[in-house]
Amino acid sequence: MSAAVRVEFANRASRVGMVAMALAVMLLAAAPAWGGRDDLRLLAEIYAYVALASMWNLLAGYAGLVSVGQQAYVGLGAYLLFALAILGGIPPLWAIPLAGVLSVGVALPVAALIFRLRGHYFAIGTWIVAEVFRLLASQVSVLGSGSGLSLPAGIVTSIADTRQMREFLIYWVALALTVAILILIVLLLRSRYGLALKAIRDNELAAESNGVDVTRTKLVVYVITAFGTAMVGALIFLQKLRISPDAAFSVNDWTAFVIFITVIGGIGRIEGPIIGTIVFFLLRQTLADLGTIYLLMLGVVAIVVMLQAPKGLWGLIVERFGWEVFPLERRVVIDDPREGNP
Amino acid sequence: MIDWANVILQGVLVGGLYAMFAAGLSLIFGVMRLVNIAHGDLIVLAAYLALVTTETLGVDPLTSLLIVVPLMAALGYALQRLVLNRTLGDDLLPPLLVTFGLSVIIQNGLLELFTADSRRLQAGALEVATFRLADGVFIGVLPLIQFVLAVLVIGALQLVFYRTALGRAFRATSDDPAVAQLVGLDNRHVFGLAMALSLAVGAIVGVLLAVRANFDPAIGPARLIFGFEAVIIGGLGSLWGTLAGGILLGVAQAIGAQLDPGWQVLAGHLAFLFVLAVRPQGLFPKVRG
Repeated sequence: MSAAVRVEFANRASRVGMVAMALAVMLLAAAPAWGGRDDLRLLAEIYAYVALASMWNLLAGYAGLVSVGQQAYVGLGAYLLFALAILGGIPPLWAIPLAGVLSVGVALPVAALIFRLRGHYFAIGTWIVAEVFRLLASQVSVLGSGSGLSLPAGIVTSIADTRQMREFLIYWVALALTVAILILIVLLLRSRYGLALKAIRDNELAAESNGVDVTRTKLVVYVITAFGTAMVGALIFLQKLRISPDAAFSVNDWTAFVIFITVIGGIGRIEGPIIGTIVFFLLRQTLADLGTIYLLMLGVVAIVVMLQAPKGLWGLIVERFGWEVFPLERRVVIDDPREGNP
Repeated sequence: MIDWANVILQGVLVGGLYAMFAAGLSLIFGVMRLVNIAHGDLIVLAAYLALVTTETLGVDPLTSLLIVVPLMAALGYALQRLVLNRTLGDDLLPPLLVTFGLSVIIQNGLLELFTADSRRLQAGALEVATFRLADGVFIGVLPLIQFVLAVLVIGALQLVFYRTALGRAFRATSDDPAVAQLVGLDNRHVFGLAMALSLAVGAIVGVLLAVRANFDPAIGPARLIFGFEAVIIGGLGSLWGTLAGGILLGVAQAIGAQLDPGWQVLAGHLAFLFVLAVRPQGLFPKVRG
């Protein structure tokens, strides 16, 4: 009577979690049937932040690449969408993945340059890259220079004939993109890159001495993040229908908020950005009237969380209950027929 | 030709200010391996403190330094002891995120208190005084004072670092914090003093810059970036290197601005990226980051 040994990703909490997630996605996909226009807009915005925060979390929480310049790729994706649609005549929805692919082509040489900076200096280096992108964008006169431009009506109506159908379509694309990005991250973390990433997250030196190619792994993550962030950026501005360098490369909107969301929700865990985004929007819906004070409070909350509970809200939940929604951790399961499945 | 001489001269003089941003950053990085993302916003905070001081006491900006510099130093010490010391360790994330949060807090706090309007410190006749260096080449008295002050500040920092007991403590904690503690240094106090010194320098440059150019609550990150670029161009850990880096950055910006006003800041960034590409260790490297 030999005990069979298997390696599993899922446990009960994660099975329940995945079923709940699947149900939630189905419910959200049906939102056009039960929600109004404002609900759809708000939900699409939430998806965008879940995606952006998840990408930043992958970058900073797993690969240890703390970037404060991800607005570079939000803006790049957005500008590429406008350029492809207006100058290239490409249908806007197709321009989204194309913007992602083209951004990869930009991210590679950028990485070659800023990977020369380490740790803290890398962070500020990413910011400079974003500033360079913003300043270059404001020099491009066909894309409206410093004041930006709107997506021409002809292109907007080419998405779908009626305004309602357009909104539904963009809403579904937003949901699909975020779900796709989350799946991509889960698959990445379950692959050998994921093992390498978790080793790097826990101890970079130990990972390297165990044969992990740290630089290569980081580069892969940086490029994937650029790809996803650019697509989200393109979608955000397709929804806004108007672009300007200051809005597209805003450090507050696309980096400060994203960092606060991830830190408050729990950095280094997939669930963190989702929890963080929910908290962020709950706070925003109740405190939005406060304006700048709101941003100030968010900064204070993020600092307190970083000092007092560096693993964030989800970290507290994991410590307390051991929940895990996404099946990522490998567990050894020993099948013993006498006792049944442990 | 004369035009270009003027342009380059202006660039060199502004470079002194950039070097002072950089010296404050370089100092705390050297002592405790901390990059303060809020450094630029703290410089802007110093400018607003000077604004309040000059308006309430009716003194000129240079005199306001007597109040603003000690105030910023005290703030730096308190900030380090109460908040930043708790973030130091092997992990890069906490200091970065906490100083980033601090940057957002300062920006929005200033926005709330002083609105988004551009402000400027008035220095009276000094602002427009110039003297002739050669035919057609003029130097503003104010930029010259600023440059000389920058060289003096960096020289003084160099002396503090290599000729005083405080500097010895800085270098000791920088080399090995654990051993420094064993021989009786209180690292938390030493780090506090380093941050106080960094913000004292930041206060000087904040006030000087506020006389020279408009400022508003959102301008801090740009200050941080210029200082950071000067540090990297000059080479990590070298104070005189940061002066060279600041000057190079100032000249690049002045030349860019001369070609097209929209290119001023961009030219500085491109010069930085160029140095990063061809000589990533900077012009005068001392320590590896």
